[in-house]
Amino acid sequence: MSDYNAYVTTERIEGADEGPLAGRTVAVKDNISTEGVRTTCGSKMLEDYVPPYDATAVRRLKDAGATIVGKTNMDEFGMGTTTETSAFGPTDNPAAEGHVPGGSSGGSAAAVAAGDADLALGTDTGGSVRCPAAFTGTVGIKPTYGLVSRYGLIAYANSLEQIGPIAPTVADAAELLDVIAGPDERDATTRDEGADSDYASAADGDVDGLEIGIPTELVDGAHEGVVETFWDAIADLEDRGASYHQVSLPSVEHAVEAYYVIAMSEASSNLARFDGVRYGHSGGFDGNWNEAFGAARDEGFGDEVKRRILLGTYALSAGYHDKYYKKAQDARAWVKQDFDEALSEADVLASPTMPVPPMKRGESLDDPLTMYLADANTVPINLANLPAISVPAGETDGLPVGLQLVGPAFGEETIIRAGSALA
Amino acid sequence: MSETPVDPEEVRHVASLARVDLDDEAADAFAEQFADILEYFETLDEVPEVDAEPELVNVMREDEVREGLSQDEALRNAAETEDGYFKGPNVS
Repeated sequence: MSDYNAYVTTERIEGADEGPLAGRTVAVKDNISTEGVRTTCGSKMLEDYVPPYDATAVRRLKDAGATIVGKTNMDEFGMGTTTETSAFGPTDNPAAEGHVPGGSSGGSAAAVAAGDADLALGTDTGGSVRCPAAFTGTVGIKPTYGLVSRYGLIAYANSLEQIGPIAPTVADAAELLDVIAGPDERDATTRDEGADSDYASAADGDVDGLEIGIPTELVDGAHEGVVETFWDAIADLEDRGASYHQVSLPSVEHAVEAYYVIAMSEASSNLARFDGVRYGHSGGFDGNWNEAFGAARDEGFGDEVKRRILLGTYALSAGYHDKYYKKAQDARAWVKQDFDEALSEADVLASPTMPVPPMKRGESLDDPLTMYLADANTVPINLANLPAISVPAGETDGLPVGLQLVGPAFGEETIIRAGSALA
Repeated sequence: MSETPVDPEEVRHVASLARVDLDDEAADAFAEQFADILEYFETLDEVPEVDAEPELVNVMREDEVREGLSQDEALRNAAETEDGYFKGPNVS
C-alpha cells in the first residue's frame, strides 16, 4: 500500500470465487459496515467498533466476487470536504501531493488514484464522492436517491446520502454500480429501477445528438483555471456531436444554506445514538447519565462533528424550527423544481464539479463557512435527489479538475454514456 | 448582522441539550463561528414558498419473525455488560 494514509484499516476480505467482480480489489469507505472488521467513521467515537453484520452494498460486493482490501479514511462521520477532520489523520492526494484529496470519501479516491485498489465505494451526502473524484482525477458517481441500499451505512443525513462508486474510468465505475444498485427489503427507500441494471454497457462514449444544459450559476464565480478547463471539456463533447445551451437556476443560490441546515439537523438526530453505552467511546460511570454522555461525546467527537450537531440542534430547537428547517425544506423543493425544469430541455446538465482546484493541506480548517461554500456545485444535486457523475476534465496548473454531469432521476445510463466520452 | 446573535452562554445551552460537554474556550470559538454561519443561513428568508407535490408513499410489509442478532453479538461492542444486559451510568 502506498503511503497516503488512504486507509484506516487494511484487511483482506475475500469474496465469492466467481462473479462479475472476481479478481478485482475494492476499498470500502469506513462508514459502511463490514462484519467482523472495525468500522470507525473516521472517529475516535467508533475507534473500536466492530459491526456484527455487513451492509447490503458490502454483501453484494462479496457475492460478486470482489476482494475488499481495506476500510478507507474519511472526514469524521462524512463531515468535511478535505479528509482532514478524520481522527486517524489527514489523507494526501496521490494526484497532487501536498494538496487535499477532497472529501469526505478522500481515502477511497486516494486508494484508487494511487492504484492501491481497482475500485472503491464512497458515500455522497453533499458531494462526498464527486469532490474527491474531481480532486484526484478519478471518476465518481452519486446515484439517484433510492438506487442503492443504505442498510449498514452509518447514517449522517439519511434524506440526502447515497453509497456510490469511485474508479479510474467511467466503465469501471458503472460496473461497480451494477453490482450495488437495486432494491433491498432492508432499506424501504430503495426503488425497483436498479434491478437487473446494465450501466456498464452504457459506457460507449456516444454523445452524438446529446443536448447539454449549462447552469450559469454553477460556472460564474468559479476559479478561472477551473472554468477554462471546463469549457475545453465541453468543446471536446461538442466535437463529438453534442450541443449545449446555457440555463439559469436561481434556486441554487440558496442551495448551500438549505443543504447545511438539513444535513446538520438530520446529523444532530442521527448522532444522538452515540452515548458510549451500547457501542462507542464510553464516558465512564461517574455522575449521572447526562454527565457520562456529555463526557463521552466531548471526548469521542471532533470539532467539526460537534459544530454540526450543535448547529443542527439549534436549527431544530423551539422558536427556530420554522425560521431555518422549514425554510430549508422550501428551498429544497424549489431546487428540485428548477432542476426538473432544466432537465426537461436538456439530456444532462454540466458544471465544474468543484468551483476550486484542490486546496493545499491545512489551508482551510479554521474557516468552516468558506469550506461549506466549496460544496456549492455538488449539494444542489443531493437536495434534488438526482444522479450525477464527476469525470476528469483536465488540469489547471497541474491540479485535477472534474466535470459534473447531472441527469434526470434514475437516468444513470445517460450520465454514464455522456461521461464515458471523456474518461 | 444576524437578528439572533449567539453568545457563548447560548452555545453552552445548546450543547447541554445535545449532551456535548464544552470547555469555555470551545464555547467562545463556536459562538464566533456560529454568528457567521447563522448569518449566512438567514438568507433562507428570501426563499419563496413552493408548492411541492410530495412523491412519498408508505412502504409496508408483513410483520414477520426473522432471525436477528444474538444476545452475544448485540452486546459485543458495549463497554460494560451485566447478566446479558447493557450496563449504563446511573439515571439520576
